[in-house]
Amino acid sequence: MQLNREELLKAYQGMCMIREFDDAVHYEFAADAMPGFVHLYVGEEASAMGICMNLNQKDTIASTHRGHGHCIAKGCDVTDMMKELYGKKDGICGGKGGSMHIADLSKGMLGANGIVGGGPPIVLGAALTYKTKKTNNVSVGFFGDGASNQGSISESMNMASVLKLPAIFVCEDNGYAESTAREYAVGGKILDRGKAFGLDSHEVDGDNFFEVYETAKHVIENARNGKGPALLHIKTSKVYGHFEGDAISYRTKEENERIKNDEDPLKIFKMKVTEAGLLELDQLEKIENEAKAKIKNAIDESKKAEFPTSKDLLTDVYIKY
Amino acid sequence: MSLKTYREAINEALLQEMQKDKNVVVIGEDVAGGAGTNGEQDAWGGVLGVTKGLLKHFGRERIIDTPITETAIMGMASGAALTGLRPVAELMFVDFMGVCFDQILNQTAKFRYMFGGKAVTPLTIRTMYGGGLRAASQHSQCLYPMFTHVPGIKVVLPSNPYDAKGLLIQSIRDNDPVIFMEHKNLYDTSGDVPDESYTIPFGEANFTREGKDITFIAMGQTVEICNKVADTLKKEGKTSTVLDLRTLSPLDEDSILEAAEETGKVVIVDESYPRCNIATDISALICQNSFDSLKAGIKMVTPPHTPVPFSPPLEDLYLPSEEKVINTAREIL
Ligand SMILES: Cc1ncc(C[n+]2csc(CCOP(=O)(O)OP(=O)(O)O)c2C)c(N)n1
Ligand SMILES: [Mg+2]
Repeated sequence: MQLNREELLKAYQGMCMIREFDDAVHYEFAADAMPGFVHLYVGEEASAMGICMNLNQKDTIASTHRGHGHCIAKGCDVTDMMKELYGKKDGICGGKGGSMHIADLSKGMLGANGIVGGGPPIVLGAALTYKTKKTNNVSVGFFGDGASNQGSISESMNMASVLKLPAIFVCEDNGYAESTAREYAVGGKILDRGKAFGLDSHEVDGDNFFEVYETAKHVIENARNGKGPALLHIKTSKVYGHFEGDAISYRTKEENERIKNDEDPLKIFKMKVTEAGLLELDQLEKIENEAKAKIKNAIDESKKAEFPTSKDLLTDVYIKY
Repeated sequence: MSLKTYREAINEALLQEMQKDKNVVVIGEDVAGGAGTNGEQDAWGGVLGVTKGLLKHFGRERIIDTPITETAIMGMASGAALTGLRPVAELMFVDFMGVCFDQILNQTAKFRYMFGGKAVTPLTIRTMYGGGLRAASQHSQCLYPMFTHVPGIKVVLPSNPYDAKGLLIQSIRDNDPVIFMEHKNLYDTSGDVPDESYTIPFGEANFTREGKDITFIAMGQTVEICNKVADTLKKEGKTSTVLDLRTLSPLDEDSILEAAEETGKVVIVDESYPRCNIATDISALICQNSFDSLKAGIKMVTPPHTPVPFSPPLEDLYLPSEEKVINTAREIL
């Protein structure tokens, strides 16, 4: 393992923060305290952290409707994010975007997305900027197994390949698109689609932070060095349903149990680092408690925060009618 | 006749037409749900449960769950319509038309005319539109003016359960492509709906109130807003005409002019973006034909020209409301 102690702590801090954030949203939503649609990332944390720990602040990502984890991993402030989910004026997008549209350009976060398959074409543009300006940056586009069936994904992989762009395509395959199984909806193999367009394509165990991190490191370094785009097919699973309120009747009880107990990337990380004697249990528990406290505080502050007013309705546009 | 929700009325129309005509198939994402899983089949029946239960009647051969691929869905449905099926394709949220507009705009809408009248394209596209669910900028738009702009496609906006059933059956039987637009906020509203099958012809607007002081012209979800405003004004001694357009293409021009001329004072309530929308179009129609009957400038109630905001108080300020409509009406009453 190439990661030093500080980096290992950072990885666990990030994954815990994502877990605590989305677990808290799960409870807040169930208590009717939160408006709109939210899609939770619990169970997929190793993907966001394993990828984003290889990125610097100038690198960019484009996310999906299931974006909280990507946002946190790329450095967005969790309190500002939480305020956004409550529709508050000093939320990360002024309350105008909500969960599906969190963005922070200063952190290289180009936006979550309500349109399935909407992000990867934007990543092409960021990658073109870096190639043109010779900045050695990369851009990463996340999408799901369901999104892999959109033409926009195939078009983006092809264009990245043709122009040899520093673009990384990350397919987070949690086995489902809404209530439809990947086995039904994906013809052939997702990995083969990347290969068909000439991308350096890898399948990755998304429950294992270290595997994500190492594979991402390899393809991101190559992209920085002008060796072109790559596809990572990350096999993962999510604990909650498609969106909050989904009864998840399309999954069996056994499957839900397996996801919770055997496919938890935090548990697996914890086991690996303690068994290898890299980190100590009490250190890890301290991180968990700090994340809990931070998120609790974010919720308290969000609830107290002000809503936007009529003055805010006609800002951020070029008209006054 | 029995009390049914808008959702149930649509479901029943699909059920009855599919029983009547084996060429009718339903195509879309999670229209049944559960495909390929070890869990419940028909797990969703559409995101808001509108097509739930159809699977057990017709099986997966006729209730066709697709990958997430709107271009292929619309193209497949158009091609099937052109060659002998009568598909009902679902575009989950109308906002996703951005992904697949070519198949609607340049393909299916043009077949009949461009092929010299030889093509018949009996396609129905069902889609959800409108704000109020705090679904933010990419899941709350109306966008119907973008369809009315295109010749060759019919645009239907049912405002209540009775109309939803009759207009959907008409849409399915119609030999032209139809976009059938369901406002998300209406699904749980209920009203009397006949149990048997019936149709409502296209291009016939519906007078839901008749009066002599002011005319409201509305469509889809704004009809109920105008009905309530009319009832409030009545208590104050002013009577209103409310015209529910029901179909935006074809447009019942005669009823619009009649409604405008009856009172000479017109308020048009349209939830879509204010530039080049239905309100501006109807306003032009009235000015061209009934200018001399007008006693005041035509008024429009629409959102401002911005994307739909997420934050609940902002979205409430954004959408047309009873309060905005009544205040606007008072300006000319
Ligand atoms: C263009 C478009 N089509 C459909 C949807 C509705 N929708 C939102 S998420 C989703 C499933 C996405 O599945 P996947 O890509 O596997 O991501 P996951 O939800 O599993 O993370 C669908 C169909 C949408 N938002 N945009
Ligand atoms: Mg998925």
